[in-house]
Amino acid sequence: MLKIENLHAEIGGKEILKGLSLELGAGEVHAIMGPNGAGKSTLSYVLGGRPGYEVTAGSVTFKGEDLLAMDPHERAAAGFFLGFQYPVEIPGVSNVQFLREALNSQRRERGEQPLTGGEFLKLAKEKAALLKLDMEMLKRPVNVGFSGGEKKRNEMVQMGILDPMLAVLDETDSGLDIDALKVVGEGINAIMRKPEKAVLLITHYQRLLDYVKPDHVHILAAGRIVKSGGPELALQLEEEGYDEVMAA
Amino acid sequence: MSYMPTIHDEEWRYADFDALETVPEAQVTGWSEIAVAPGEVLARSFVLDGATPDVQRLRVTLGEGARAEIFAVNVASAYARLEIEVTLAPKAHFEFGGVLIGGGDVTREFVTRTLHAEPEATSNQTVRAVHWGTASGNYLGRIDVARHAQKTDAAQDFKGLLLEKGASANAKPELEIFADDVKCAHGATVGQLDEMARYYMASRGIAPDVAKHLLIRAFLADALAALEDEAEQERLFDHALAALEQAA
Repeated sequence: MLKIENLHAEIGGKEILKGLSLELGAGEVHAIMGPNGAGKSTLSYVLGGRPGYEVTAGSVTFKGEDLLAMDPHERAAAGFFLGFQYPVEIPGVSNVQFLREALNSQRRERGEQPLTGGEFLKLAKEKAALLKLDMEMLKRPVNVGFSGGEKKRNEMVQMGILDPMLAVLDETDSGLDIDALKVVGEGINAIMRKPEKAVLLITHYQRLLDYVKPDHVHILAAGRIVKSGGPELALQLEEEGYDEVMAA
Repeated sequence: MSYMPTIHDEEWRYADFDALETVPEAQVTGWSEIAVAPGEVLARSFVLDGATPDVQRLRVTLGEGARAEIFAVNVASAYARLEIEVTLAPKAHFEFGGVLIGGGDVTREFVTRTLHAEPEATSNQTVRAVHWGTASGNYLGRIDVARHAQKTDAAQDFKGLLLEKGASANAKPELEIFADDVKCAHGATVGQLDEMARYYMASRGIAPDVAKHLLIRAFLADALAALEDEAEQERLFDHALAALEQAA
């Protein structure tokens, strides 16, 4: 599904990713954990094609295609989804308008028929209910006046509606209270835990992994994967901390 | 002796004087005058979309409790200026919503002069300017509140959006208040498109030109929000957004 090889990337001339390699297969959930400044968010933005994040070496292949050669909106149409650590507010554009435009843009790019207003609203209601987000909030401008937790749930509603093949979720668990964490965790499972899909969870904490059980856990430090293992690695990190686990 | 304005006239300081020379003097210095009877409503919209320099001047006198609801879109491809002067009787209301939009080497401007001559009148001006190329969008808004015009409630808001380096926006709010029990709010800002919002939209599959269109429509929306006739509102939006199609 996703193959990252020897990825080097920099922002404003400063190298952040220094030879990162990682492979995700269909049906798999991987978690990347790592200390602050390790390059976790940089990895998610590089994969998402954010302007200003420059790849200087290496390759990223998504479903056999060169992901880095695609524009951000083409990546989305190809089935790539980035869950933002800090979802962006867009005053004056309603969630419904935004998401319908997004879904239909993707469908057009893939040569599919756009959804009608009625079809789209039915889908939006279903996904909002899954994430326990009030449908009224979807009529409001994108993320404007949303609490931190509501923004994160809105990210997951978007993911549900857009139905991607691969989701990279950058600290989707931060800003969530315990109940919301459970709702979001269950939402991720319902939307993404399928044999043909894959998820890359980027997180600081073990707690999301109680709900979304990873098949593989990787430690990212100083711009590269320094250790990989099974779900037990996350538990070990939580108990012992990064320094100790990485030294072992 | 000529009565043509010069650059020393404050209300003309941003005008394009080369263009102005080609406009007949009667049009530059004369007024169309309308008196609105007490309790009546004057609803007017203007679309300035000419290819030759144009000046339009409207002078409105509002009777007690009368309303003037004036909306304008200035998409002209040559210098175009709409000037509106409104004198308000007690409890009258003046609403102005204006959109200045376009590229080229063109100056587009709105000038309003709101005379709160009597108590308890209200007024609101909302102007949005979007420019590219070396175009310039100007809004000169003067509000005079007479000594006995207590309980005046006046508001004025200008926002400029510059899509390219070289474009400019000038805002000149001018408030002369001689009464002491009044509310006069004004604001003026000039900025660029929100790059993070554009990226966020792209990450969800919305192509860059569509994202730009949605963001600009949202930006302009405030100017036409008070226009209750939806068909007329849509017609003005269409004029404004058609101008955008010609943007690089």
